[in-house]
This record gives sequence, structure tokens and C-alpha cells, in this order.
Amino acid sequence: MNVTRGFTGRPRVHDPGLPPGQYDAGDDWPVLSAEVTPDLAPADWSFGIDGLVERPHTWDWDAAHALPASAYDGDIHCVTGWSKFGVRFGGVSLDAFFRMVRPHGSATHVLARSHTGYTTGLPLADLTGGRAWIVWEYDGAPLPPEHGGPARLLVPHLYFWKSAKWIAGLTLLDHDEPGFWERNGYHARGNPWQEQRYSGD
Amino acid sequence: MTETTTPALAIPFGPGVTARRFAVPGRIAVSPQAATAWQTATLTGIRRETPHAATFRLAVPRWAGHLPGQHLMLRLTAEDGYTAQRHYSMASAPDGSGHIELTLDHVPDGEVSGWFHTVARPGDTVEVRGPLSGFFAWPGDRPALLLGAGSGIVPLMSMVRHHRARGLTVPLRMLVSARSPGELIYARELGPETRTVFTRVAPPNVPVGRMTAAHVAPLLAEQPPGGWEAYVCGSNGFAEHASRLLVEAGQPVERIRIERFG
Repeated sequence: MNVTRGFTGRPRVHDPGLPPGQYDAGDDWPVLSAEVTPDLAPADWSFGIDGLVERPHTWDWDAAHALPASAYDGDIHCVTGWSKFGVRFGGVSLDAFFRMVRPHGSATHVLARSHTGYTTGLPLADLTGGRAWIVWEYDGAPLPPEHGGPARLLVPHLYFWKSAKWIAGLTLLDHDEPGFWERNGYHARGNPWQEQRYSGD
Repeated sequence: MTETTTPALAIPFGPGVTARRFAVPGRIAVSPQAATAWQTATLTGIRRETPHAATFRLAVPRWAGHLPGQHLMLRLTAEDGYTAQRHYSMASAPDGSGHIELTLDHVPDGEVSGWFHTVARPGDTVEVRGPLSGFFAWPGDRPALLLGAGSGIVPLMSMVRHHRARGLTVPLRMLVSARSPGELIYARELGPETRTVFTRVAPPNVPVGRMTAAHVAPLLAEQPPGGWEAYVCGSNGFAEHASRLLVEAGQPVERIRIERFG
């Protein structure tokens, strides 16, 4: 251990919900997108799933909202170090979308893409089983544009760069395809509990 | 390096502005080894920049080298094993000296910046890993248009310093916003490449106010061969404002790179 002389740090609050190396951002919700926030109206938004599926499909705003509503109440974790507790997002579970497109058995990974061109790669298993959503509400109100509105991907058990803002679609693949940050040195999976920040962690 | 953009799907980016879908291409390859390994860095000097910001010079003997615009992760460890880690941009240009410089704002209640500003002295050691991320890097190849506010000037200054140190001739312009002349970091180092905007207090005969289209338009009117690569750094509020000014002035969205604090 490489102790820093005179460093005491914040008061220790034992919080079993805080992954290693993270701090509680409290009421802050930093915005860290690397691109210009798009002015994307719900009417111009769409979400499609293609690649290794039986029936590729694209939903518009109304069609996506016609699926069964589902909410996430819990925490989110950003690779830059902050975590945010007790957030509430509303939308639709990705399972509902997958039921309609029927992924092939050969699909192992997903490349998520945004309406801006942002991409991120994830294992398919991280997007199924009630652990991932397409969300358009935050705290009961429409998701603000700088946080990914009108709709974003939400994968709260992974670092938040995986939860692509302004989500446009998912492509199911039989291999891992690095996205924007993964090509910039960040981890292929990004599990905050294993502190998978960078490639090689 | 060749970059391709996808000319599909028109997306509205504000009134009267339509942008193509873009590919936010990275600028350089990043070494996974450098990103993973923690190294000991020894503080060798502290230089005050403004009442709230100071520059900390660190000796990192095994530093892999960086490009202007890249950042690192820095970690402090308490005696009980508690650690705090933060991302900071390099302020210094790459110079192969085995030293790097970071300029840190003293954030109210900031446990890491607070340590640097009130406890740290030469000889102290911290840990760093990096350099990280190639997205905001500027290798010195393309004309660069730099917009920053507050300590958002830090990675941009690395680019300006690199431009000077290498005697580069590729066009480079910087537009920086500060609350007051006293809060303008690197004020003495800024040259003819830089225009400043003061938001609260300005010198005599200089208007006080926010960065506006009138500041950005002249920069985009002078289009260098190949066009500008724009780099925006600051708070989220500034980044949103400045990036919109750039888009409205005609800068292509796929050539606006944004680094926001947080």
C-alpha cells in the first residue's frame, strides 16, 4: 500500500452499495458525453434491433411506449468515480423487445448505437433477465436531452458509459465488438464491482 | 489517419441546423498497458496560477508519454487503506522529461484537490495511471480550434504549449472564458492565438459577458485547409453552450470533441 502523507479523505461511511474506488455524488448527476447533445424530438426517435435475430424490428416512439412499462429503482456508477444512489428510471425492459425479435442462439454480444453515432459493446447476457431497459423517464419526468433523452439504454449494473444515450439500436453479434470508449482503452465489460475500468483491469 | 462518417439519417441539431449522423472517431490508439499500471509520481514543484488554481509538477520516471488533451487517473491512499481517485488532464506538453504537470482547481470540500492545495509539498508521492483516452487528444496534425472555460483551459493549454514547443505551423486558435482576469489560468502565457472572454469582471474597456456567436463566428470565418478540429472543455453548462455556438456557426458536429468536468 502506497500511503499518501497527510491524506485522510472524506469521513468513512460504510456503504455496501458503493463499488470499490467510487464515491457518492449525492444530488449531482454529472454529464460526460463526448459529443454535441442532439436536439432529437420523440417523433424523430426510433429504436431497432438487428443482427443475429429471427425478426429484425424497429420501434417508433409510440410503438415502444405500447410495450409493458417497467421501472428501475437503484444505483448507477460512472467510470470517472461517481456513483448515484436511489435513482428511478421509467421505460421498458429490453426483454420485451428481445421477445419480439427472437435472438439467435449464436448471439453472444451486442453493439449498441446512438442517434449521434456513439457506440458501446456489451455481452448479450448483460442485457437480458430484467437487468437492462430502454428508458425515457427520470424521476417521473421526461429524460433530459443531456442525459440521453428522449430515450437511452440503461444497464445499471455496469459502468454507465455502457448505458448509451440517445439510443438508436442494438446489433446482435457472435463476437465482442468494441465501441467508442472500448476503442479508447476502456474495458470490454465494465463491471464496477470488479473495477473493470480499463482494458486489462 | 482516415476517418469515415456515415451520411445516413439526418438529425436536427437545433433551429435551422441539420447535422449528419457522426462517428465521433478516436484520434490515436491507446496503450492498454499504460492505462492499467499504477505508477508512483513524486511531487517536485508547486506553482500558483490563480487564487483557486495551482500547477503541480510530478516526476513520473516511467511515464509512457502523452499527447496534448489526454488525461490520467490519480489515486491518493489514506493510512487505513481508503483511496480516492480522480481523472485529471495533463497541462504540460509532452517533452520526454519524465515530468508531467497538472493544474488543479481547489474544489470546495474536494478531498483530492483539497489535499493538493492544503497538504501537498515537494517530495510527496501519489499514484497515477495513464495516459488515458485518445478521444480528446491532439497530435498536432490538424488545425485546432480550442474553446475552454475555467480550468477547462488545462488540456487546451497542453495543446498550445505543444504547438509552440514544436514550432508547429498548423493553425491553432483558442477562445477562453474566465470569471475575471485574476481567475484566468495561464494569463501570462497566453499569446496572439488566444482571445479571452470575462463573465463577471473585466479589465477597463472590455465588456463583461458570456461567450457569444460574435466570438465564435470570426474563428469559423477563417477556414484553414481541411477545416477546424474543435475541442471544447469546461463544465457541462459551458460545454453545452459552446458546442451549440460552434454548431450554429457551421462547425460539423463530427468534428467537435467535448470534455466535460465530472
